[in-house]
Amino acid sequence: MPGLEDLYREIVLDHYRSPRNRGELPVPPSHRAEGFNPLCGDEIVVYVQVDGDTITDVKIGGQGCSISQSSASMMSAAIKGKTIHEARALTRAFKSMMSIHETALEGDDPEMAAANLAVKLGDLEALRGVARVPVRIKCATLSWNTLAQGLDEAEAEA
Amino acid sequence: MTLDVSAIKKDFPLLERDFNGKPLVYLDSAATSQKPRAVIDAMSDYYENYNANTHRGVFGIAEQATNAMEGAREKVRSFINAPSINEIIFTRNATESINLVAHSWGRANLRAGDVVVLTELEHHSNIVPWQQIREERGIELRYIPVTDSGHLDLDDLAATVDGAKLVSISAMSNVLGTVTPVRHIADIAHAAGALVCVDACQFVPHLPCDVIALGADFVAFSAHKMCGPTGVGVLWGHEALLDAMPAFLGGGGMIRDVTLQGFKPAELPWKFEAGTPAIAEIIGLGAAVDYLSAIGMPAVRQHEVELAAYTLRTLKGRFGDGIKIYGPSEASERGAVFSFGFGDLHPHDISQVLDEHGVCVRAGHHCAKPLMRKLGIGATARASLYLYNDESDVDALADALAAAADFFGL
Ligand SMILES: Cc1ncc(COP(=O)(O)O)c(C=O)c1O
Repeated sequence: MPGLEDLYREIVLDHYRSPRNRGELPVPPSHRAEGFNPLCGDEIVVYVQVDGDTITDVKIGGQGCSISQSSASMMSAAIKGKTIHEARALTRAFKSMMSIHETALEGDDPEMAAANLAVKLGDLEALRGVARVPVRIKCATLSWNTLAQGLDEAEAEA
Repeated sequence: MTLDVSAIKKDFPLLERDFNGKPLVYLDSAATSQKPRAVIDAMSDYYENYNANTHRGVFGIAEQATNAMEGAREKVRSFINAPSINEIIFTRNATESINLVAHSWGRANLRAGDVVVLTELEHHSNIVPWQQIREERGIELRYIPVTDSGHLDLDDLAATVDGAKLVSISAMSNVLGTVTPVRHIADIAHAAGALVCVDACQFVPHLPCDVIALGADFVAFSAHKMCGPTGVGVLWGHEALLDAMPAFLGGGGMIRDVTLQGFKPAELPWKFEAGTPAIAEIIGLGAAVDYLSAIGMPAVRQHEVELAAYTLRTLKGRFGDGIKIYGPSEASERGAVFSFGFGDLHPHDISQVLDEHGVCVRAGHHCAKPLMRKLGIGATARASLYLYNDESDVDALADALAAAADFFGL
């Protein structure tokens, strides 16, 4: 089953079976955001702890399919210790791998946009196969959209 | 088996095609059925040979189109044993049929505090229109509960329907497969003075339907789940009820006269058919009714009971407690639609692997979120079978599930 192996890389299944950073964080001081995929009932809860500019801790709750769960798990591992700015750049890079090209945000200079594309996706590359299965792209991006809500909240408060 | 399924499969062009070198194992008929060649041909024949608008032309092909459309109405009437063709209203789909009842009958008859009774296993199509009327009118909605075994809990039925104006229920669940005791509920509802609307979207395609024997006042269904095309549905209602109801959509076709001051609606059934109808699709529905009638609905039902029993036996036999099948465990109490959980695999992942094996099943909430909440699940995978499925399709499902278990290391 070559198609399946492309979608469900070993590392994706590993994150699905042993999700990283599962759990909750106290709110406040953390921020909690909830994402929902009405199509399939997947739910993701993202807790982010932001100190100054840095994401010092992340926890993931909720339930869903292997793609949404492993994407959330990989995301949590990738953004922990990063700045909000870096996490947003990673989000854009991930979404562009999913063929979602968001128009540059106001204030983004073109050089920054180009730099986003160069962001290292690392393990997240393993989800590239999802882009070829359009109905699953929403599963892969659910946690990222939820993270964005959490970060917006954290920044609004800061 | 009751039906000669290998011959039936040959009637369906899509089932004859190869997908990656294999025929498709189509197990999503509860969402929409495949179409036999006779239906596709009837529609092409209309477009190629007598395409014209109905009812207003005096030229030959306009009359031919009108006759074909009205002929389809008669076929549908006879198929569901309705007393009169005036009672067969063509809509876009079952959803629109239920909306017609909610907006026309509902607005004319429901006031603040009036009660409409639904069940917990309804499709969103038979919940949301009533919630819309509730928002507008302040009516009360009550729900007949579902038991753990997937049946309706009728213990408090008399109290639930007491004082109700309408009871609107599904005759067969698109999630659990449960065939509900419509007649029994209708008798109790009528005794309480309520009317009965039946969502027969999953019933008419699979069981012999006699609207009078069912005890219904309104019956809604869609052509596309019964071998017919998309874009056409049916509302049946007692003539006296339909006669007393205000028109639903306004425009051409539904009027007897229009002046600058106002309009007089046309007689039934056209009063409820504003605008140019889906002529080709209605003709296609007529061909679908002919197709099903030739096979015979009692035989279709018997086939599906046999197939449901085989499916329950096979899946339980091969996967034991590894598979959780929702709905009645008795084949005779259900249709051949199976929502299931498989190990701790998410329905999306199940259907993805099955697709790789050419097996089409649906994953999701099946437009019945209140029921999913009641079952305590977000989503299920669902395999739904029809007259063109046989044991080989069930075996293919089981083989693909075994491969999924293997792949995910269950
Ligand atoms: C029980 C039931 N009711 C209503 C509907 C709505 O049918 P349609 O989408 O054709 O209006 C469906 C189909 O999904 C159904 O299964």
